[in-house]
Amino acid sequence: MADEIIHQPAARLAALLAAGKLSSLELVQACLARKRAVDDRVQAFNSCDEAAALAAAQASDARRAAGQARGPLDGIPVGLKDAIAVEGQPLTCSSRMLANFVSPYDATVTQKLKAAGAIPLGRLNMDEFAMGSSTENSAFRPTANPWDLTRVPGGSSGGSAAAVAAGELPLTLGSDTGGSIRQPAALCGIVGLKPTYGLVSRYGLAAYASSLDQIGPLARTVEDAALLLGVIAGHDPRDSTSFQAEVPDYRAGLAARKGPWRLGVPKEFFGAGLDPEVSAAAKRALEFYRQHGCEIREVSLPLAAEYAIATYYLIATAEASSNLARYDGIRYGHRSAAAKDAIDIYTRSRAEGFGSEVKRRIILGTHVLSSGYYDAYYLRAQKVRTLIRNEFAAVLRDCDALLSPTSPVPAFKLGEKSADPLAMYLTDIYTISVNLAGLPGISIPCGFTGGGLPIGLQLIGRPFDEAGLLAIAHAYEQAHEWSQRHPAL
Amino acid sequence: MSTQPDLNLDYVANLARLALTEEEKREFARQLGDILHYVEKLRQVDVTGVEPMAHASPVFNVWAADVAGPGLSVEAALRNAPARRDDTIVVPKVVE
Repeated sequence: MADEIIHQPAARLAALLAAGKLSSLELVQACLARKRAVDDRVQAFNSCDEAAALAAAQASDARRAAGQARGPLDGIPVGLKDAIAVEGQPLTCSSRMLANFVSPYDATVTQKLKAAGAIPLGRLNMDEFAMGSSTENSAFRPTANPWDLTRVPGGSSGGSAAAVAAGELPLTLGSDTGGSIRQPAALCGIVGLKPTYGLVSRYGLAAYASSLDQIGPLARTVEDAALLLGVIAGHDPRDSTSFQAEVPDYRAGLAARKGPWRLGVPKEFFGAGLDPEVSAAAKRALEFYRQHGCEIREVSLPLAAEYAIATYYLIATAEASSNLARYDGIRYGHRSAAAKDAIDIYTRSRAEGFGSEVKRRIILGTHVLSSGYYDAYYLRAQKVRTLIRNEFAAVLRDCDALLSPTSPVPAFKLGEKSADPLAMYLTDIYTISVNLAGLPGISIPCGFTGGGLPIGLQLIGRPFDEAGLLAIAHAYEQAHEWSQRHPAL
Repeated sequence: MSTQPDLNLDYVANLARLALTEEEKREFARQLGDILHYVEKLRQVDVTGVEPMAHASPVFNVWAADVAGPGLSVEAALRNAPARRDDTIVVPKVVE
């Protein structure tokens, strides 16, 4: 049984549960067995409360037996990036600062998962405080790419992507500030969706850059992403940026919304620095849509292409320097044993608790907000951000979605870019502007390199039009078999 | 934005309440110099008359009713405290 179900999409598992051919307990046990078999190599998990997951599975099976199943995700395990709070479980952000922290409450998405009967299973590795693109910035250990264990899974939600690709979990949640769901999904050969800013509550997500952070699903199929998004989306008064948006039945919308669509292709996203195999795969996807009657338009996003990374690293680091000021060694988190007075507690606890990339971003963010530099750096970046948003809005007036590669390169080697922060930042070139503009973006598998590494296709939609975006992605996925390939582990 | 990025690491590290080693200072000076040089390109953009954008959500001035609701228990709130005594968090003396 276990071998047959570890790579099944969640929608298929839900059908087996509903038909009485599989119990939630069997499913959770299969995931835990797979984790035991492969996670010493993949290293996707930071921790896992097996007893709590097994108890929740038994409760789900009891509900189903009593005719009270709560919906398609009842009994399905969902892994959480180790930045999303589950009451009574560790929340480390893969940082020494929070190595011993236990969440006193549930994030809103966690509450919604539990209310739908889904089973939170595992705390998944990430770049420390979500700062990175390879999961090598974890203070504990790097996660490996299941397709090639010498390569990175992407980041920052690398554990969330690798666990799905490796067959350890059918669904996970990640967070995406500059590409941290879509890029690891691309590098691991799965589906990853960053919703529109404001669609999913961030209450209970450890904050990195609050004007950009968004929680979203990682999954084996577009349908699975639609199912999970439907559970976690919706207004939450505890997140003041959350929007009063209608939450449609995203799964029903997959079949109901048919093309042909008008798709824009930003010419700058196919320029210098793009790996030839990635470029060819994205262009084949473009041809697929063209042959299915879609109107393909070349569009231009010159500001997004040229200035998004610089804009992002000023805004995100500024916000990070403010958000991470809360880690002061006083009320929770690491406190230095060597500290003698109050200032000492702050400076030493933070020096001991944070890793290099976090320190680098706090320093940069503090600098760009400091007196004499604020207008030149931070305020200017906020204005360029407005221009980038307007640029996207203009091209999306005439296009249902935009199409590009997700990452300019397939999975790179562990250690390849870790000494050069700027080179690492440039791997986010196609994803980062989507966060600045607040738009929804999805990465879906669109092929493999000659060396067997997955390639991701990014589709970018209109604000709050996740239903349309998912339908466009679903049409491609249905005509291809990429999601039926699995890594040999 | 100056053409020669000037970053006073000791000054900024103090603002950020972050103790840096000499090695970190050397490394960060080089890496952040590269990054500040890279972001200089934003000077090329004409932002005359452009409104700054704080976030992308179409919501503004969100008000919450001033109503008491359930919060964390004392035990839950203190569970992660590095040092505690009775129902308080223990810190070094800050006033002589």
